[in-house]
Amino acid sequence: MTVTGWLQIALILAAVVAAAWPLGLYMARVFSGERTFLSPVLLPVERAVYIAANVDPKKEQTWLSYALAMLAINGLGFVLLYGLMRFQHLLPLNPQGFAAVPPDLAFNTAVSFVTNTNWQSYGGETTMSHLVQMTGLGVQNFLSAATGIALALAVTRAFARRTAATLGNFWADLTRATLYVLLPLSIIVAVAFAISGVPQTLAASAEVTTLEGAKQAIALGPVASQEAIKQLGTNGGGFFNVNAAHPFENPNAWSNILSIWSMLLISTALPITFGRLVGDMRQGAALLTVMYALLVVGVAIVYAAETSGVPSQIAAGIDPAMGNMEGKEVRFGQALTALYVVATTGLSCGAVNAMHGSLTPIGGLVPLFMIQLGEILPGGVGSGLYGIIVMAILAVFVAGLMVGRTPEYLGKKIEAREMKLAVLAILILPLTILGFTAASAMLPFALSSLANSGPRGLTEILYAYSSAAGNNGSAFAGLTANTQWYNTTLGIAMLLGRFAYVVPVLAIAGALAKKTKVAASPGTFPTHGMLFIGLLTGVILILGGLQYFPALALGPVVEHVLMQAGKTF
Amino acid sequence: MYSTIRPAAALLALFTLITGVAYPLIVTGIAQGLLQQQANGSLVRKDGALIGSRLIGQSFTSAGYFHARPSAAGANGYDAAASSGSNLGPLSTKLNERIAASLPTLKQESDVTVPADAVTASGSGLDPHISIDNAQRQVARVASSRSVPPSQIQSIVDRIAERPALGIIGEPRINVLLLNLELDSALGRKI
Repeated sequence: MTVTGWLQIALILAAVVAAAWPLGLYMARVFSGERTFLSPVLLPVERAVYIAANVDPKKEQTWLSYALAMLAINGLGFVLLYGLMRFQHLLPLNPQGFAAVPPDLAFNTAVSFVTNTNWQSYGGETTMSHLVQMTGLGVQNFLSAATGIALALAVTRAFARRTAATLGNFWADLTRATLYVLLPLSIIVAVAFAISGVPQTLAASAEVTTLEGAKQAIALGPVASQEAIKQLGTNGGGFFNVNAAHPFENPNAWSNILSIWSMLLISTALPITFGRLVGDMRQGAALLTVMYALLVVGVAIVYAAETSGVPSQIAAGIDPAMGNMEGKEVRFGQALTALYVVATTGLSCGAVNAMHGSLTPIGGLVPLFMIQLGEILPGGVGSGLYGIIVMAILAVFVAGLMVGRTPEYLGKKIEAREMKLAVLAILILPLTILGFTAASAMLPFALSSLANSGPRGLTEILYAYSSAAGNNGSAFAGLTANTQWYNTTLGIAMLLGRFAYVVPVLAIAGALAKKTKVAASPGTFPTHGMLFIGLLTGVILILGGLQYFPALALGPVVEHVLMQAGKTF
Repeated sequence: MYSTIRPAAALLALFTLITGVAYPLIVTGIAQGLLQQQANGSLVRKDGALIGSRLIGQSFTSAGYFHARPSAAGANGYDAAASSGSNLGPLSTKLNERIAASLPTLKQESDVTVPADAVTASGSGLDPHISIDNAQRQVARVASSRSVPPSQIQSIVDRIAERPALGIIGEPRINVLLLNLELDSALGRKI
């Protein structure tokens, strides 16, 4: 670790918060239907969209019809994307002449992009036509992120309103998230990426003859436009197989900084929006404090683990100064690689600028655990906010048990029904992750997909299902996931992790919205102070630790011990 | 039912047009109009012929060129149509054997300790850079192969080496293709 490295990390995080603050306030206006500086341009577009879609943006929806609307557009989006991939060989804009995507891979990929996971069992430059990348994957990059933002707003309204039967209008939230937030930011960030060197062309590849006379085909495409929304929407699905480690997705230090900044931006802004809408900025700040405290601890652990070098390599006479460089690019350096690793997994982004499968045992444990903590640090666009609100509900419940009072969060009483739903939502993740991991660890055809044997083999499987259920999308990519078993089960894990989680959460929001807000009294447990921040952090860590420690002990923890002992597999 | 499906279908169609067609085409228009060099892959020409991209690494094996890092992209490495890392963990026997196999040649070139980037494959398999230490170790070999004094090679390395902007943005690094191009233009083509 170096001072320069920490300075780089600190500067980026400061730049994120500096931009997230005004963006959070801006989003509070947008989703309240108020005028903003973009209204003169976008209001006519927004109105035209409503007319064409036959939507009345003022018509409020109950939690159930809000949920059904969300499921409807995501379901149709899945069908469209699946169809585009199955028929890409017959459709235009396929300069490389790729064949139809096989059914299991198309299912996995369509689910993956609809659920904002962007797990990729395929290499982009060798599988998907430009048409699929732009009008299929690219569209879901926007819609899945906009869905997340809409859901977060619906949950926010449950606390912001004194008492209400409804949570807002899903179509209006979705449209506003796309038009006012994602689209303008994407255009700016895409052009910035292009300036830094990311290609943006409809050509397929360039044929060159290298200096030593070999032929090299260099894959190209509309990369910058996809890179921007991929980061801003915490989607993480790369144009190329190796994602943001590819020099065309991430050519230099500037693009790397932009990449990290843009993936953290909206998820950092949403708690600020939350604070504004519930009328107490300290509430949003408290959630952000928890998110960033754990994020920074994670960065410190990865940074330390990756720079301390690999014992077997040091014994072979390799200079430990650069740390563990397998799977890493020279141009990023260890500090910003560590920040990228932890940010992309603390978010549900899943873009990578280094191969997680080549990280040291402890360096790989942190991103895995960040995902397993529920993708709330700071979590995916929207999903991070509603995820941490569920944890906050749990935290006030624990506090209520300790002092024997009915717990409340932001004036809304948390009672048996809400707690049941919260626990139901929380249990989906460990059941999915550990269940599928256990099954895969026993099935010979699932084990034949492993690239690494020993404890890292188990970690490859555990990471895959954690990433899928957490809607992250990064991988210990040694695992050959493009098989019927993994494509199907990972697809199911992604669906459960997204929709089986969010429907109970919307039900909680619906129930809380109906309750009348009670005024704070001297007996109210304040949810903005250090005590609450500590309690929430504790609840997150203890819950995650209890659920996953046994599995982690058999994977990265034992691997770390074996590495110190000089074992190889 | 219909009242839910109707707006869902209409919005999906509209957003496909806005975010899937208009958005990438607008960005393509801006990039192709104002940033042609970057937008088309930062390609490098020499004597009119395309010889690569300044962002994409190439394989170099001749003793008179600086060598890039090991690569796991494609069967022979540096396949810019099939990017890939090795995805091997530090305890992998395969990785440790690969490193061990590459060491004798490296140790023969120079007594200086081998920097990690010289024996490890990058994440993309297309890393265009090597560390400055890695280049330093290769100066003697390149100089003797080209029959020029090492100081001459050293001065070219120093010229091409990139340092962090403002002291903190970016890592110290050397673009191997640009370095080898510079060697050829200063000392004549070497193969």
